[in-house]
Amino acid sequence: MVVAVRDVHYAVGGRPIFAGLDLEVRRGRITAIMGPSGTGKTTLLRLITAQIAADRGAVQVFGRDLATLRSREVYALRQRMGMLFQNGALLTDLDVFDNVAFPVREHTDLPEALLRVLVLTKLQAVGLRGATGLMPGELSGGMARRVALARAIVMDPEILLYDEPFVGLDPISLGVILRLIKQMNAALGITSIVVSHDVQELATIADDSYLISGGRVAAAGTPAQLRASDSPAVRQFMTGSADGPVPFHYPAPDYTAQLLGAEQA
Amino acid sequence: MISLRSSGYLLEGVRRLGSVMLFLLQLLMRCVAALRRPRLIVMQIYNAGARSLIIIMLSGLFVGMVLGLQGYDLLQRFGSEEALGTAAALGLLRELAPVITALLFAGRAGTALASEIGLMRATDQLTAMEIMAVDPLSYVATPRFLGGVIAMPLLTAIFSMIGLFGAQLVGVQMMGVDRGVFWSQTQGSVDLHDVNEGLVKSLVFGIACSLIAVHEGYHAEPTAAGVGLATTRTVVASSVIILLLDYVLTALFL
Repeated sequence: MVVAVRDVHYAVGGRPIFAGLDLEVRRGRITAIMGPSGTGKTTLLRLITAQIAADRGAVQVFGRDLATLRSREVYALRQRMGMLFQNGALLTDLDVFDNVAFPVREHTDLPEALLRVLVLTKLQAVGLRGATGLMPGELSGGMARRVALARAIVMDPEILLYDEPFVGLDPISLGVILRLIKQMNAALGITSIVVSHDVQELATIADDSYLISGGRVAAAGTPAQLRASDSPAVRQFMTGSADGPVPFHYPAPDYTAQLLGAEQA
Repeated sequence: MISLRSSGYLLEGVRRLGSVMLFLLQLLMRCVAALRRPRLIVMQIYNAGARSLIIIMLSGLFVGMVLGLQGYDLLQRFGSEEALGTAAALGLLRELAPVITALLFAGRAGTALASEIGLMRATDQLTAMEIMAVDPLSYVATPRFLGGVIAMPLLTAIFSMIGLFGAQLVGVQMMGVDRGVFWSQTQGSVDLHDVNEGLVKSLVFGIACSLIAVHEGYHAEPTAAGVGLATTRTVVASSVIILLLDYVLTALFL
């Protein structure tokens, strides 16, 4: 088990995000975390990377309870993780090469010649060896995400976290990212956690899936098992129905009464 | 009701002051480590200092010229226009150069710092650093803070020099004050104490302006409006603090 989340409760400003969340991520597998917008998928990634702490319950990474770690130990743990942000989060004052080289320069004293080889290898893996001199502002959304992926794997992490990797991509870039996630997992043996609400895309790559709803795991299993579920909440999400347990309408007073009331006013 | 509201403002003010002081402590703790990477600091001295040079030099020239005009007009009423050099040099060194440089610095470099760091926060760059196990306070905040603190006295010195040249330009070249008298008066009346006053003020203003800018940017809400607010707060808070500190420091030096 690489990541274990046990009975986690977490609230922001009195609004509960998680109420008894339980899930496990197994080594070397691609685990998909799905759920409607606002269910706290990104918050889960922030818990796993120890950016925030759970109010109750435990988050274990590599068998260590994050709540017991000191900040130096947290930093050491993070060196074994990589994360791909929704927008890439490239450092805007560095070019593509320096962005990918950044974590290596910060954590090692690798000679420049060796560093160059390492960075070029990673950029070759994402197909952007020719873009070393470009600045982040000159990259398209898909390219920026691929550079960020090269940066995330440059330190050879054991876990790779993807935050909404498919949002806003054209079909070609989306296909490239999907293939890369699969490749990173298969070729480098990296444990991958993919947070997304793109059911179809996730189903093609995920080994395990969790559907989060209402602050806890609503369903777990392989994508096929989730699709075959007869729970109304799971079915609504997997088929993308507008109405169901998650209502289409935000709670409102009676339609007719409100319209007539407006006319009178 | 009014007292409730004002006590709320007071509490908020104290909370903010505490937060800024804690932030200063965090930065100071990282200064030694930051000095081991001088490249980052030099880059920030360039950003905050060298890039502010034109505005500082132009302002210095005009302030000096106005000082020359006003000073001459006032002094000649008492028949002592030779004292123009003294008035300009002391006015610039002790008061005008540190204060105006700091105000311009807050408007030019402070806002740039706050919005840059705020945007880094809004685009997840700071979070990405944390995930890469790089402390953003060490990599982003401390070098920018130190860059500002080092740049301010240098800019102030340049402001003083150009300002004195401007005063000389008007006083000597246009109004006809004797050149030799102007410079000998200047030399005779300025001593180390005056230079020190300007230097200490510019250092303190440098610390205050850079601290406020970096703090506001670092704690900006990660939205467009949040970054805008952080930039505004930087200018407003810096300006008020500069003038307040100026009074305190002047009182201490007299």
